[in-house]
Amino acid sequence: MSAAALLEVRNVWQRFGGLVANSDVSLSVQAGEIVGLIGPNGAGKSTLFNVIAGLRPPTEGSVWFDGQDVTRLSAPERCARGIGRTFQVVKSFDSMSVADNVIVGALVRTSSTKEARRKADEVLEFAGLAHRAEVSAIELTPPEKRRLEVARALATEPKLLLLDEVMTGLTPSEARAGVDLVRAVRAKGVAVLMVEHVMEIVMPLVDRAVVLNLGAVLAQGKPADVVRDERVIGAYLGERHRA
Amino acid sequence: MSASSFTARRTRQLGLALVILVVVALLPFGVKDVYTLNILILMLMYAALSQSWNILGGYCGQLSLGHALYFGIGAYSSTLLYTKFGILPWFGMALGGVIAAGIAMAIGHACFRLAGHYYVIATIVIAEIGLLLFHNWDWAGAATGIELPFGRDSWVTFQFARNKLPYFYFALGFAAVTWLVTWKIENSKWGYWWRAVKDNPEAAESLGVMVFNSKMMAAAVSAFFTAVGGSFYAQFVAYIDPESVMTFQFSLLMALPAVLGGIGTLWGPALGALILIPMTELTRTFMGGSGKGIDLIVYGCLIMVIALARPDGLVGLFHRRKRSAA
Ligand SMILES: Nc1ncnc2c1ncn2[C@@H]1O[C@H](COP(=O)(O)OP(=O)(O)O)[C@@H](O)[C@H]1O
Ligand SMILES: [Mg+2]
Repeated sequence: MSAAALLEVRNVWQRFGGLVANSDVSLSVQAGEIVGLIGPNGAGKSTLFNVIAGLRPPTEGSVWFDGQDVTRLSAPERCARGIGRTFQVVKSFDSMSVADNVIVGALVRTSSTKEARRKADEVLEFAGLAHRAEVSAIELTPPEKRRLEVARALATEPKLLLLDEVMTGLTPSEARAGVDLVRAVRAKGVAVLMVEHVMEIVMPLVDRAVVLNLGAVLAQGKPADVVRDERVIGAYLGERHRA
Repeated sequence: MSASSFTARRTRQLGLALVILVVVALLPFGVKDVYTLNILILMLMYAALSQSWNILGGYCGQLSLGHALYFGIGAYSSTLLYTKFGILPWFGMALGGVIAAGIAMAIGHACFRLAGHYYVIATIVIAEIGLLLFHNWDWAGAATGIELPFGRDSWVTFQFARNKLPYFYFALGFAAVTWLVTWKIENSKWGYWWRAVKDNPEAAESLGVMVFNSKMMAAAVSAFFTAVGGSFYAQFVAYIDPESVMTFQFSLLMALPAVLGGIGTLWGPALGALILIPMTELTRTFMGGSGKGIDLIVYGCLIMVIALARPDGLVGLFHRRKRSAA
């Protein structure tokens, strides 16, 4: 694990009563890298995202970002440091317009609403939502809502973007557009850690993949190596093919 | 493009508010009878109070049914300072506002981490405790209350026993100021943060919103203006006791216009007060002193009707019309 990693998760445990959702998870993300976090349902991926983004502190272990221990920092503080995220179950601000949703994100970098509005226009353009800027967030289609989650997070100007199943439920062509968006995000120099179920989508996209199973890291490495890993095939692909 | 249409909309709203301000300011030239003037004064006062409530309850989504506490604090602050120490009510008004803001933040500090409905219950309970304290506080007149000494009509002492017209203009100014503050807030960082907190606190946090601080700020601003209204009311009626400034009914009367007109909207509280206050005054007149219970039943029914038929309030009607016209 390189010392210069942007994100380092060190030996994280998360317990909910008797249930161990993350057990001794360690992983890292380098600046500008796209890392896939895969694993069957209930493997602990979203839980790990919450630990990284500061929604819930881990039971044990630490999270390092940009060379500093951020384990005890609150979610807003981590956002200010440069960690942006989406939620698996979208959490748009439904009484607000699409543009206003994004402005909230932009306001972490400026106190001027005018500047935030300009930034939001730019981000919405980038995310392909400019034509929907003035409608209420509640009127968006499900794939548009996913895009809004990404746009809002991007407006906070993150160094690391955590994407939790943003492609799930998309049609193949929508998913291709999603993949293009993730590539464009990385092209801006933003590192991405993404949870995704569909191997066919993740594997060609990511530089590295980390496989979680039953809360623990099962394997990690180049996508090509990971998909050939016996344990991964057994635990993940096997289960999926049986299902 | 969107930025300029946004600015245009805000400017239009400011213009509309100015027109309404001028029209209302001219009303007393046509309305001469005291009864109607009284209703107008109360209407403006409740428009302002409900706008203050709306800042916390509507924009930030922290429903309070204990705002009578802040109202009472304002009323007692100006009245006690004046009757006990001869300090002008203007000072008591400002001090009451600050004390109420402080208390709202203390309550928030203890209760904002609770889930939504627990906060509502906590505000009711705390306001009832406040009512009880004032009931038993001899120095503050206890249950008997305090009467303002009868003096010359003057802006210095803010007393107008003979001609109530100045109170009308103060109430109008009060409504205008709370409206303007809300208008300013709508396009400020706090305004965005409050609405984000209301819609989804978890998402808000992940976007850098200091959720707890946002609630504290909204509570402080809301309580401050509510207490200013309390001081005004004490001057207006010239006699206060716990029952007449701190009961649950006031908490309801502050929340209801916003709920009726449109919660978390710029015009909702004023629109709601315009309909609700004449209605309550009329029930009171026709039912006499025993009208109080009926009031509550009417409010209760109103809340249910609104919640079922039009959760976004009456301003929603205007928006709907605009959208289908566009
Ligand atoms: N707040 C919570 N309280 C209790 N159990 C939880 C909580 N959050 C997640 N879990 C449990 O932790 C496990 C991992 O969940 P999650 O991280 O959502 O998995 P994934 O995102 O990989 O599908 C599941 O068994 C889930 O039920
Ligand atoms: Mg998940």
